[in-house]
Amino acid sequence: MAFVDRLGEILSEGGQGGIILTSIDALADWSRGKSLWAMPMGTACCAMELIAASFAKFDFDRHGSFPRPDPRHTDVMVVAGTITRKMAPAVKRLYEQMPEPKWVIAMGNCAVSGGIFFYDSYSVIRGVDEFLPVDVYIAGCPPRPESLQDAVLRLRELISTESIAPGVKHERTLSLPRSGDVSFGVRPGSAEEGDAE
Amino acid sequence: MTLEVESRKETLAEDGLPVEELVVNVGPSHPSTHGVCRVIVHLDGEIVTRAEPVIGYLHRGIEKMCENRTYLQVVPLTDRLDYVGSMYANWAYCRAVERLAGIRVPERAEYLRVIVCEMQRIASHMMSLGSAAADTGAATMFIYAFDERETIVELFEDLCGARLTYNYVRPGGVSFDIPEGWTDRLLEFCRTHRVALREMDKLWFGNVIARGRMKGIGVLAADDAVAWGASGPVARGSGVNWDLRKHDPYSVYPRFDFDIPTGSAGDVYDRARVRLYECYESCRIIEQAVAQMPGGPIKAEGLQRLIAPRPGDAYDHIESARGSLGVYIVSEGGPRPHRVKFRSPAFCNLALLPLIAEGHMLSDLVVCLGSLDPVFGEVDR
Amino acid sequence: MNITELRDHLCEQHPDLCPLFSIEFGDGVLSVSCDKLYEAASGLRDLGFDRLGMATAVDRGETFEVVYRLTSRSMSVGIFLKCHVPRDAPKTNSLFPLWPAALWQEREIFDMFGIDFEGHPDMRRILLPDDWVGHPLRRDYTDDRMIRRPDYI
Repeated sequence: MAFVDRLGEILSEGGQGGIILTSIDALADWSRGKSLWAMPMGTACCAMELIAASFAKFDFDRHGSFPRPDPRHTDVMVVAGTITRKMAPAVKRLYEQMPEPKWVIAMGNCAVSGGIFFYDSYSVIRGVDEFLPVDVYIAGCPPRPESLQDAVLRLRELISTESIAPGVKHERTLSLPRSGDVSFGVRPGSAEEGDAE
Repeated sequence: MTLEVESRKETLAEDGLPVEELVVNVGPSHPSTHGVCRVIVHLDGEIVTRAEPVIGYLHRGIEKMCENRTYLQVVPLTDRLDYVGSMYANWAYCRAVERLAGIRVPERAEYLRVIVCEMQRIASHMMSLGSAAADTGAATMFIYAFDERETIVELFEDLCGARLTYNYVRPGGVSFDIPEGWTDRLLEFCRTHRVALREMDKLWFGNVIARGRMKGIGVLAADDAVAWGASGPVARGSGVNWDLRKHDPYSVYPRFDFDIPTGSAGDVYDRARVRLYECYESCRIIEQAVAQMPGGPIKAEGLQRLIAPRPGDAYDHIESARGSLGVYIVSEGGPRPHRVKFRSPAFCNLALLPLIAEGHMLSDLVVCLGSLDPVFGEVDR
Repeated sequence: MNITELRDHLCEQHPDLCPLFSIEFGDGVLSVSCDKLYEAASGLRDLGFDRLGMATAVDRGETFEVVYRLTSRSMSVGIFLKCHVPRDAPKTNSLFPLWPAALWQEREIFDMFGIDFEGHPDMRRILLPDDWVGHPLRRDYTDDRMIRRPDYI
């Protein structure tokens, strides 16, 4: 994967350009991970931090993650805020309208587990994973905008293990921003563990 | 789910041509509804004949949760009501508890409360003006306004450690005293904020497109504003001179010199201008409060962690960025409240949407909605 | 106007309402029986209470206490108007004809407590979905999905 990341460098080393061999999966994952358009499913307090993340100081766009309120244009749904039993069907329907491949980030304690509304609330859904497949969880009430940026980077790592063939998983990590520069720790089922086996 | 046609009813006009009434469903997830609000709009061509807001998509049952928590444990829940202006719900709730339990608040704490709430008013109005501007197509204004808000959020973070849910005002005082050098940064912000406000005034209110989108749209008569229980900038934009800080003064507000800006036309433009001018007045109040602030304790002496007031009920209200925010607490003795009711201004203001949106174009509906400045944490509770 | 002046003013204008007036935590309270609610409310409106600030209800066991808070801009004073409706037949008059502000607030009371308001033009649930069973702010409300918070104190 690092190979695709260093594409420009390799091409300039080669002088005249040339042929590069890589797998289709590596190329697809690389391009998917670098333009994650986000569907901002902001319902409550976390929506404020979601807006803050995409504005001047934090500048979410530089990660290639651009908020689009139309589900049909987006790759990742950021569920930011409390989901109630009245709202859940709408969230589910919006998720269904998103084209494949799609991912979900649960932002904030309410979307993770119900958070402060876990006890005594008759209408709050305790975690959006009751009805959506969540890929990345961000804790916090509300999480800081930096946490959301971290979540997008984590999601890219996750995407790097996926294949365009259904049901196939690759054991590798997407190193960011360049191989060896930053360590994101070892996840279960990542390359290092695979080698040990 | 964003914008879809629900049904078509076809009738024949007098001249025999078919006339369709379109029923369009906006929301509950729509970029211009400022939260999770659904509006069922009946259209005659492009003209709104009836707009019916459907709310409750963020109803979290906070009032029920309060019944099983101690008086102090309710304070974090109040943060989540009006998440654009958390300090107000904190303060309104604490005032009601203090009235019920007979707690006297030290003077320095009152000044700190006034300062943070006026800062919160600026932050909230910046959010409101910015998103309302984005509704009229002026996205640049949103970014400028949010920048101002970000400065206040940073000041709050230095004060109490949170960016959004502060839990700062507690029964009997406030949680932290101000850190060193904080007031200087605050006063510096007030200076730069006035410049920014003038810039925004020129950028948005001076823009001919924005004026065209706002002037004469969503007119609310003063009589209707009073009868429908509107408050805050929505009522003041219609010329109803009613501000609890002036007309039912609480805390240390009578010691400050400030004006209540009011509009006259009652349209979207006037409501937005009232919000803009309130930011100037808030700067004035902050500067006076910082100059007058006495030393001393920030929490009441001998305060019990478990507050158990005698049976009875108390109501207190403050002027939040959206209007008069009231809290009604019923105690039946014991450490937990029997009933807590939040009288949210956004809920009452949103009820006016069918009134002001009728007869305008569909594209003006979102401008009308934005001018009411609903925050759905507070509308739905 | 302070609260004692309000009492004197009220007793002068409406002698029948005078014995029902009391002062609680610095607020004026007018407790009436529910069949007199509309009458008392319209009397107060003529007295200058032009705003319906808040409408809510409290579960008092045998009865529900319906609470209105009215404010007057000209007098700068607020007053509570309360009445008790029986739990087994929760029904009272709507104040919508006097103050349109009651439209959504009474719908919320109906949603949360199941109190029916006669004369209300649009008595439907407002916050919860239409197919919801029960009225959550009643003290005896139970729900399979609700988890009671453990008592730490």
